[in-house]
Amino acid sequence: MDIRKLFISLLRGRISDPKQLLLNFMPSLFAIFGFFLLCGVVVHARGQNALEFYSIIFSSGFSSFDEFGYVLFNATPLIFTGLAVAIGYKSGLFNIGCEGQLYVAAFATAWTGMHIDLPALLLVPLCIAAAMIAGAVWGAIPGYLKAKYGAHEVINTIMMNFIAFALMNYLVTSIYQEPGQMIPQTRQIHETARIPRLASFVPSLPDSNPLNTSFLIACGCVVFCYIFFTHTRWGYELRLVGNARDVASYGGINPRAVTVWVMALSGAAAGLAGVAEVMGYRYRYLDSFSSGWGFTGIAVALLGRNNPFGILAAAVLFGLLNKVALDIDILLGIPRGLFFAGQGMLIIWLVCIEGISRKKNDT
Amino acid sequence: MILDLVPTTLRMATPLGFAALGGIYSERAGVINLALEGMMLIGAFGYVVGTQVSGSTWFGLLVGIGFGVGLALLHAVATVTFHAEQVVTGIGINILALGITEYLLPTSKQVDGLPHWQLPFIGSYSFIVYLLPVLMVVSHIFLFKTPWGLRLRAAGESTEALAALSLRRTRWQYLGILLSGLFAGVGGCFLASEVHYFTKGMTAGRGYLALAAVIFGNWRPLSGVSACFLFGFATALELANRWNIPGQLLNSLPYILTMIVLIGFVGTSRPPASLGKMKS
Repeated sequence: MDIRKLFISLLRGRISDPKQLLLNFMPSLFAIFGFFLLCGVVVHARGQNALEFYSIIFSSGFSSFDEFGYVLFNATPLIFTGLAVAIGYKSGLFNIGCEGQLYVAAFATAWTGMHIDLPALLLVPLCIAAAMIAGAVWGAIPGYLKAKYGAHEVINTIMMNFIAFALMNYLVTSIYQEPGQMIPQTRQIHETARIPRLASFVPSLPDSNPLNTSFLIACGCVVFCYIFFTHTRWGYELRLVGNARDVASYGGINPRAVTVWVMALSGAAAGLAGVAEVMGYRYRYLDSFSSGWGFTGIAVALLGRNNPFGILAAAVLFGLLNKVALDIDILLGIPRGLFFAGQGMLIIWLVCIEGISRKKNDT
Repeated sequence: MILDLVPTTLRMATPLGFAALGGIYSERAGVINLALEGMMLIGAFGYVVGTQVSGSTWFGLLVGIGFGVGLALLHAVATVTFHAEQVVTGIGINILALGITEYLLPTSKQVDGLPHWQLPFIGSYSFIVYLLPVLMVVSHIFLFKTPWGLRLRAAGESTEALAALSLRRTRWQYLGILLSGLFAGVGGCFLASEVHYFTKGMTAGRGYLALAAVIFGNWRPLSGVSACFLFGFATALELANRWNIPGQLLNSLPYILTMIVLIGFVGTSRPPASLGKMKS
């Protein structure tokens, strides 16, 4: 691929048609605006000061590098799961199984990091590969079942979620539990399998800040996905199968093969969320560590309109909300459920908008 | 040996069975319903709130069902009227239900349970338990022996068939989804009534398990509810913790079985032809 051409098209794609881009993101902007407005109304209805609520949101996310570091830390796994959902969505597949995939991947990483002792230069890539492979396998199984037997991937990914929860729970409580501990977690991974925290090279971040290199990996994945979708043959095949399956097979693309590798790729992306958790933050596998990242990924992908950069922005927003939810609970006594409810409304609103525009196209 | 697992099996299977019946109505009308989980949760929530406010469990049951139907109405408006993606809407509704209930009721007081009926030879169970087989049969007769059932199924099988009879497909789809909210709501009420509390996220994936039972039972009331009894039995075995089988294996057995059935190795499983499609 010619780098110069790529650069030009990147520029052209982003600057020549800003109107289209804005139009595309309009529903998302409305959704975000409506979300904050609704939250303010609810807070006001509770008899509390809505302005104070907004100022807490702002200061909780942006008042210092430390605070913003936490926002990005929260956003990191959501970037991965958001991309995972988008990869599937673009080729007409729903990966509801990100949650299971990231658990399996996290365990694979932890296992590799615990049992293999190598210098960091080898062990870090190995652990990351282990996560991606485990996630890919867990995602490819429903993909294969869809391609071969026509079994609906939504049902199978949901089933695989529950199987993953049970399997990982078994492994971590019965075989790999840290000796002498009541907590269902494994022992720590080797020092060489850990990826550094950003605090070690960004002086303005305090050492306690958990933001780590996995955020940079996530940003790399965003760029990779953008180039992959728009500038590679595989990305083209993926989108073509999603938009016009018959055209794709007429054009010599095998939609079944695409289904399998798209689900594998999606699973691998979700698996990287496990890397962020195990190698970047906790340094061990803790049972049921994820707070629904796989499902929030669906909201992230929707809000980001399946555009990698949109997903990055949406993930940061959700990272902010997750952080703010805690502060709001402590400072104003507003239960975190408010943001969950808002997130649910956001999803429903966005799919309705999408549905209406599709309905218009159909008739 | 096995007989003492019966009470737990019944208690585990009943909420699943109701949600599964609900799932069958919705999916037979052609609308994928992942929102069963949220509908059950809000049903449980409605039961506890209604009972707390009025002091009457009957009123609680009514409120629980009302909330379930309300959430179903949201699903129906989004998917049928606005053609929103059914899978994603369902997930959105589940998150919404989780959020609303957590926001409104961080801690719940103890409430009374629904009345238990003492029957000879069987024992004493909540009347909802006895209602399940009755409604299972009624649902079977409704879906397969009445013209209304035929129309509801036609809504899920073919987008044109109803139009040819100059019937509105959307009406039958609304009916199917609202019925699923009603049934899932009852399932949720039963859950809350048995434990006397509402806890955050108390359905714990039962809605999805019910959906598995729908598929396992080939979208039929009789076999779908039977699947729920099988799944309930697996849970009872797990809780009894006899024979030293890892609980997690029993726990994931329903999901593995459903996947096997879905790919057609054992028996056949055929979804309604227009499931998930709004346009032909």
